[in-house]
Amino acid sequence: MSIYIDKSSRVLIQGITGRDGSFHARQMREYGTAVVAGVTPGKGGQKFDGEVPIFNTVADAVEETKANVSVIYVPPPFAADAMMEAAAAGVKLIVCITEGVPVLDMTRVYPFVKEHGARLIGPNCPGLITPGESKVGIIPGGICVPGSVGVVSRSGTLTYEVVDQLTRAGIGQSTCVGIGGDPINGTSFIDVLEAFENDPKTRAIAMMGEIGGTDEQEAARFVHDRMKKPVIGFIAGQTAPPGRRMGHAGAIISGSAGTAAEKLEAFEKAGMGIARRPKDFVELLKARL
Amino acid sequence: MNIHEYQAKDILRREGVPIPPGEIATTPAQVEQIARRIGGMVVVKAQVHAGGRGKAGGVKLAKTPAEAADVAKKILGMHIKGLVVEKVLVTAAADIETEAYVGIIIDRASKRAVFMVSPAGGIDIEEVAVTDPHKIMRLPVDPRYGLQPFEAMRMGFFLYGDIAKARAAARIMQQLYRAFIDSGASLAEINPLVTTPDDEVIAVDAKMVIDDNELDRRPDIAALRDESAEETSELQARRANLTFIKLEGNVGCIVNGAGLAMATMDLVKYYGGEPANFLDIGGSSNPEKVVNALRIITADPEVKAILFNIFGGITRTDDVANGIVTATRQNPLTVPLVIRLTGTNEDAALEILAEHGFAATRDMDDAVQKVVALAKGGAK
Repeated sequence: MSIYIDKSSRVLIQGITGRDGSFHARQMREYGTAVVAGVTPGKGGQKFDGEVPIFNTVADAVEETKANVSVIYVPPPFAADAMMEAAAAGVKLIVCITEGVPVLDMTRVYPFVKEHGARLIGPNCPGLITPGESKVGIIPGGICVPGSVGVVSRSGTLTYEVVDQLTRAGIGQSTCVGIGGDPINGTSFIDVLEAFENDPKTRAIAMMGEIGGTDEQEAARFVHDRMKKPVIGFIAGQTAPPGRRMGHAGAIISGSAGTAAEKLEAFEKAGMGIARRPKDFVELLKARL
Repeated sequence: MNIHEYQAKDILRREGVPIPPGEIATTPAQVEQIARRIGGMVVVKAQVHAGGRGKAGGVKLAKTPAEAADVAKKILGMHIKGLVVEKVLVTAAADIETEAYVGIIIDRASKRAVFMVSPAGGIDIEEVAVTDPHKIMRLPVDPRYGLQPFEAMRMGFFLYGDIAKARAAARIMQQLYRAFIDSGASLAEINPLVTTPDDEVIAVDAKMVIDDNELDRRPDIAALRDESAEETSELQARRANLTFIKLEGNVGCIVNGAGLAMATMDLVKYYGGEPANFLDIGGSSNPEKVVNALRIITADPEVKAILFNIFGGITRTDDVANGIVTATRQNPLTVPLVIRLTGTNEDAALEILAEHGFAATRDMDDAVQKVVALAKGGAK
């Protein structure tokens, strides 16, 4: 078992003929992901690398190939439309890798995707991977091994850092999910924690948060109230100066300043393990597995 | 992207928001002329991207054109939070009876643009949130329908008991919302929104922050960028497509990815050092980026040692290694360099570095401990 994706996931790639889309399409196929279709308007009828059928629209691709996961590599001005197109076509898991999507676009995309009953991961995220089964996005497959630790993170390379250290220490992963670092994203820490709690294969969770917002504090409450599995938390940005990455007006709305100290305190109150350094995950997880 | 008060006011004026007349000036002589044109009492306001301008002495009243020129002499060239004042806004002084706050921000929790209004304006809204939270009304706007008239009226009545003022405020909120959406803003504020003895409702100060991700599709807004108002090294970094924030420490950090960059700074601090900066070279591995990053970091005289921390995913570590070789050949380093590389093509990267006499490690903690010791003047 795993969460969100496994061997049976049928993946379509929006923007498969672009520079990033084509590079990562090959990486995903090499990893063993079932890439069943690509979408590039105007290139319908062609084949990617002579094998993957390309369609003009997501609706056509879904009808022909029964794709149930879409991963998006289109440029920022078109990303909002691509996410909505996938949701409207009935795709139930949408992963948007694109960085630089305007936040006002996301205020429209979020309710649209929800109404269509789809789960959106991202935007501005590295995607997800169930080691040994399927990789959707850009997480390097080589650093992951199958196992029982669920990984969830707001960042990309920091996730790789931690996963790499786990793998080197002999700790495998059930699924690794990058939820993205934008102010408005489709999937929150709580969504992923709940999925890990219900996944029989996952025995412990590594969670990497960042300064800003209140997602981590809410996740800590969720861990305390609703979870039995151990969760180890880390917050990046303990030395970040206030007011540079997030406006203070945002802090007022949430009734919180979003500092690392505040988030770590929430972790502590929830009884979570706290990794002060990325490498601390190894010992803390070993003690709980 | 921050824009100046006068630019935000221009945008709001175009939407119809009532704002006292004002003009921008760069010399005391211009200030005097503008004050004469406006007539009566004026306010001279420093135009810099920093909060607390008033407290720093960057906002002054003047009764006559001569006095306006005098205060302008003091404000122009003054430093506010490290930024030099190069422009002032000269505007008619309003006769103020009450001060309110009206703002729109993007709220992460509700995933919407949210109005925040308070009859306790003129001061820092964060203080109000702490001392008098019941004096703030929040209203999330459904992006599918936009701000509805009844919603704007609810907020109008929250600010003012009388119907004429509530209507005037509601109209201003509609105008502010349109400006917010049409400019691609992530924040838009009127603070204070004032009432005058003649029962007018007018905006005396305005602030807008634009979402950087909107600039490509809004060239008219992108043109408002004032590069003279940016910190020099941060400006250079932005031009080179790097995300850079200058800090107070002496350990220069060059990292790929924002999360790892923050975690690296934290680890420097953990091992007793102080990071000199946040610098994210991003996901691509263009060697040119490495060259630019090193140039920016070495320009800071505070930097005593430099750390590269690269985890190759999309980024190819051999490209980064080539960048390091090129950059140090162009500008030989005068401070020690510690390199940590792992991931995609790391064997090739380590070979390139070894050929040119650079040592590198695969372990992040080892690298950080080493660079902290070097910055403190420890053993090489």
